[in-house]
Amino acid sequence: MSAELVNVTIDGVTVSVPKGTTIIEAAKQAGVLVPHYCYHPSLPSPAVCRMCLVEVEKAPKLMPACVTTVAEGQVVKVMSQPARKARESVLEFLLINHPLDCPICDQAGECELQDFVFQEGRAGTRYSDYAKRFNPVEDFGPDVLYVPNRCILCTRCVRFMEDVADTPVLNVSERGDRAYIGIDPGQALDHPWSGNVVDLCPVGSLISKDFLHKARAWDLDKTASICPGCTQGCNIMIDTRDDVVVRLRPRANLDVNRHFICDTGRADYRWMNRGDRIEVPLVRDGSRLSPTDWDTAVPRLAALITGVTGRVVLLASGRASLESLGWVRRLLDGKDVTAAIKVPQGPEAPLPGVPNLALRKDRVPNLDGARLAGYTAAWKDAMARVEGAALVMLLDADLDDAEAARLASAEMVVGLSSVDDDRLKGAAMLLPVSTMAEENGTYVNRDQRVQRFIEAKGAPGMARPGWWIAAQAWAENNPGQGAPMTAAEAFARLGSAIPALNGLTYGDLGLTGRVLDSAPAPAGARQGAAR
Amino acid sequence: MSGGAGTGHGAEGEHQPVFVGGARDKLEALFPRFPTRQACLLPALWIVQEERGWISPGAMAEVASLLGLTPAYVRGVVTFYTMYHTHPVGRHFIQVCTTSPCHLCGSDDVVKALLKETGCGELGATSPDGRFTVIEVECLGACGFATPILVDNDFIESTSPERVPGILAGYR
Amino acid sequence: MGYPHPSHPKETVVLSKYFGDAAARTHQGWVERGGYEGLKKALGMTPEAIIEELKASGLRGRGGAGFPTGLKWSFMPKGDGKPHYLCCNADESEPGTFKDREIMRWTPHALIEGCAVACHAIGAETCYIYIRGEFTDPWAVMSTAVAEAYAAGTIGANAMGSGTRIDIVLFRGAGAYICGEETALMNSLEGKRGNPRIKPPFPAAAGLFGMPTTINNVETLAAVPHILNRGAAWYKALCLGNPKSTGTKLFSVCGHVMKPGNFEITMGFPMKDLIYDLAGGMRPGRTLKAVIPGGSSVPIMNRQEAEAALCDYEGIVEKGSMLGSAGFIVMDDSADIVYEVYRLAKFYAHESCAQCTQCREGTAWTTKILERILKGQGKPEDLALLLELSEQMTGKTICVLSDSCAAPIVSGIQKFRSEFDAYLRRAKAPVLAGA
Repeated sequence: MSAELVNVTIDGVTVSVPKGTTIIEAAKQAGVLVPHYCYHPSLPSPAVCRMCLVEVEKAPKLMPACVTTVAEGQVVKVMSQPARKARESVLEFLLINHPLDCPICDQAGECELQDFVFQEGRAGTRYSDYAKRFNPVEDFGPDVLYVPNRCILCTRCVRFMEDVADTPVLNVSERGDRAYIGIDPGQALDHPWSGNVVDLCPVGSLISKDFLHKARAWDLDKTASICPGCTQGCNIMIDTRDDVVVRLRPRANLDVNRHFICDTGRADYRWMNRGDRIEVPLVRDGSRLSPTDWDTAVPRLAALITGVTGRVVLLASGRASLESLGWVRRLLDGKDVTAAIKVPQGPEAPLPGVPNLALRKDRVPNLDGARLAGYTAAWKDAMARVEGAALVMLLDADLDDAEAARLASAEMVVGLSSVDDDRLKGAAMLLPVSTMAEENGTYVNRDQRVQRFIEAKGAPGMARPGWWIAAQAWAENNPGQGAPMTAAEAFARLGSAIPALNGLTYGDLGLTGRVLDSAPAPAGARQGAAR
Repeated sequence: MSGGAGTGHGAEGEHQPVFVGGARDKLEALFPRFPTRQACLLPALWIVQEERGWISPGAMAEVASLLGLTPAYVRGVVTFYTMYHTHPVGRHFIQVCTTSPCHLCGSDDVVKALLKETGCGELGATSPDGRFTVIEVECLGACGFATPILVDNDFIESTSPERVPGILAGYR
Repeated sequence: MGYPHPSHPKETVVLSKYFGDAAARTHQGWVERGGYEGLKKALGMTPEAIIEELKASGLRGRGGAGFPTGLKWSFMPKGDGKPHYLCCNADESEPGTFKDREIMRWTPHALIEGCAVACHAIGAETCYIYIRGEFTDPWAVMSTAVAEAYAAGTIGANAMGSGTRIDIVLFRGAGAYICGEETALMNSLEGKRGNPRIKPPFPAAAGLFGMPTTINNVETLAAVPHILNRGAAWYKALCLGNPKSTGTKLFSVCGHVMKPGNFEITMGFPMKDLIYDLAGGMRPGRTLKAVIPGGSSVPIMNRQEAEAALCDYEGIVEKGSMLGSAGFIVMDDSADIVYEVYRLAKFYAHESCAQCTQCREGTAWTTKILERILKGQGKPEDLALLLELSEQMTGKTICVLSDSCAAPIVSGIQKFRSEFDAYLRRAKAPVLAGA
């Protein structure tokens, strides 16, 4: 867009925006939301819903704000009587066939039709004594149901599949008030990014089978997080109800994933609700592991680490936060450490309409963060060194049975684990950690963007973040230094060992993250300061 | 040119390709006349309808693959236009205009006569012998020659109830 | 296919000279009648000169919008290096209008000639003639004529030996009134649903396949060779009323008249004479009640207004309606205005493309209200509701189909209130024909 600025007044507030900005976007800067349905900042604008018609001084007709660009000195009125009357009538027209499904519709509470009708609609309908148009619910395939009766034909779903996913599998069929969204009878909506149509749908017409009737929108707590599915680092919201994760949704980040997440990431939340968790620190007492408290477990861990001479193998989860990876590694400073994370692989699935956005082959969220912290992805090499190792430290590693069995060949195993895993019961200590859904932390995505995720649900029992456990033990072994008490502090203090992070704080990251200025060099090399 | 329609079609079994031989030649002759393949969609659909009498899902898929489109896209276009049939129809398809100018000139009586003579009974239905389907359509653009009807591709002006039996006789 | 009547002495015969003359349909027949002289002349002129001549003539679009043709052609960019396109809009679907079909099936070469001249004037090498699917006779006639014109070298790679390429491609529509809207026509041609586009961009900037495009009506293009042959001044002088409305126009008159048909008259002609004289007046014992002059998408005129109006763009606006495509639907005292308004609303509801909320839902809703009124179940507040819905359907949408649905409803209620009231009082027996 041109750098030339244009001044426009919207509902009395004057803003300066780049030439070529639409009125609807300029209005956002003036703090005015122009009600709309078919417009979406990540889709081409067809201007069909007619909700965004605004009054523009000197224009003979109301203008659609989503496609009309600003002009110097333009005066726009969004809340004037003619504009409100037009919106009221659009809402009335939409409601004549839209069923009163709110009591049984999943969208209630987060429905743009409800919102604008409450704000500006008529109190009652004048469409009386006429039948509403009826079409039966259709199963579009894997996760999406289409309820044609509720559809307001905004066509966001059609445009998403055609222009962003580059797969025109949805269409508008028929004409006039007989129109509905169609899918080719032989096909299913199984594109790897197709779940986004459910989020895009302003009403409850396209709905998720996975979420069907699970929870009411107003019962949900919504927390900003990062998808732990792959190295893309899509920004998400974790929706919980009574501390149970019920849904993941995209969170807007124009530099990473715009408004979308892939279906794989979207579906992968059930592990966050596992009940089979370790809830207390367990330390070896003869032939068995005994529950104890942190006051006992921490010094024990510290002493155990101090006593280790010889080879250490550190096996971590690809979902571990940068803070946890960093502090566990720091705990082992001065030892001969081989540190690795397991990186499962999967097919890449790009979203063609958004640059640099894909479900990535490397199915962990923090590969680049792990590398910064001194870990590699050479898992097999690390596993090979387990036999005869003085200590194998596990940071919530995901072991298959063969790998778990191999642990017996090491001299000692200390496990930081979220899951209560019988195969680890030969360990010297088994300490409960929180998952990424239960703690604050950061990941570094494949573009070197450090992004925060926020605690979305409580950790069970006495489980603590990995960084906390490690830092407490480290403080025991480094008297006078003190352990960080918050994730923010843990992050800020990583800079002394990871130069790329030097000087960065959570405040610098905000909720959209920040790109580090150069690719991670091998651990230990001097790196430039963060941008 | 009267188009044959609905001969021996029911629900489609396995789709037999339409665009072979002459039909294929017709389609290929279209390609140089437009800068995109997609622009050949409406003409291609007309070829299908001329060959088969209606446009089946299999035919839509065939057209889609020949033009580099998706079947869903083709279906969206087919269902937009009134003249494309997505179901088999009677051997002769009759369209009668009932928009205001023709209504003023007695199209109601023409409709009644057609329904009676064909045995269709009601608009949109196919006659029991499968010969005729009669539908009402919007303005056919012959308002000064009320009431116009289309029987397949034959445009017949100034149809009156009296003329109906004679007209239909030509299609028995 | 007969032609209703020989020309009336009061007609000014230009476009319709050879209507009914089967021999004029052939290439040879056309040439013998002085055809293609206009094209020959045009090919020797610069595009700028042709456009100036068109501007001077005052020719305005005959499809319904009445936009000055020369001005429209001048919007095409010059020297931009992109392919330019001409689209001829032969999708004639406006109720009451049936003139373009006559031009195509009686004087197909007139249209070909006009298209060719226009192509040269706007720098287009390809003209697509979009003919509605139901026009099977015009299609057949035009197909033959285009083939003849190619064979004679009149069009093609080297049109009339001028070195200019002019290609004409016929495109068959498939049943959608909305494809008569210029941007919907382009979408349909591109192999899409016939949805109108938002403007800007305008066709001259980005039209067919994203390239600079001009869309003209059949009658507009058919008039072009005459203007070149006989001069802009001649065409301009053909006007009886307002100098902004020049030339002749084919007026399609149908409905309750003795002699329905197309009448070619000079702009400014008295509407009274058109109806009572040229079209043969009322049926025995009947009196004029209402006229919808523009095709159906304009306000209804009552008898007083119709008898006082002059037939040109400004004259009809003065009397509260619009000339539009000049498709006159004439109703006498036997007509049920409420039914006809209902039937027109039903037409628009059927033809709505479904993009804009007001049109998609409003055309259907107003139809339902009118249907209920006709059944004798109307409520007193229904008329106010119809007027309010009509207001919200006007000026709010991508194209004017929604406004077109509203116009007969508003004017019908305003000017024929007593008929609506009669239904509301259940004074009239329900007359829902065909239901």
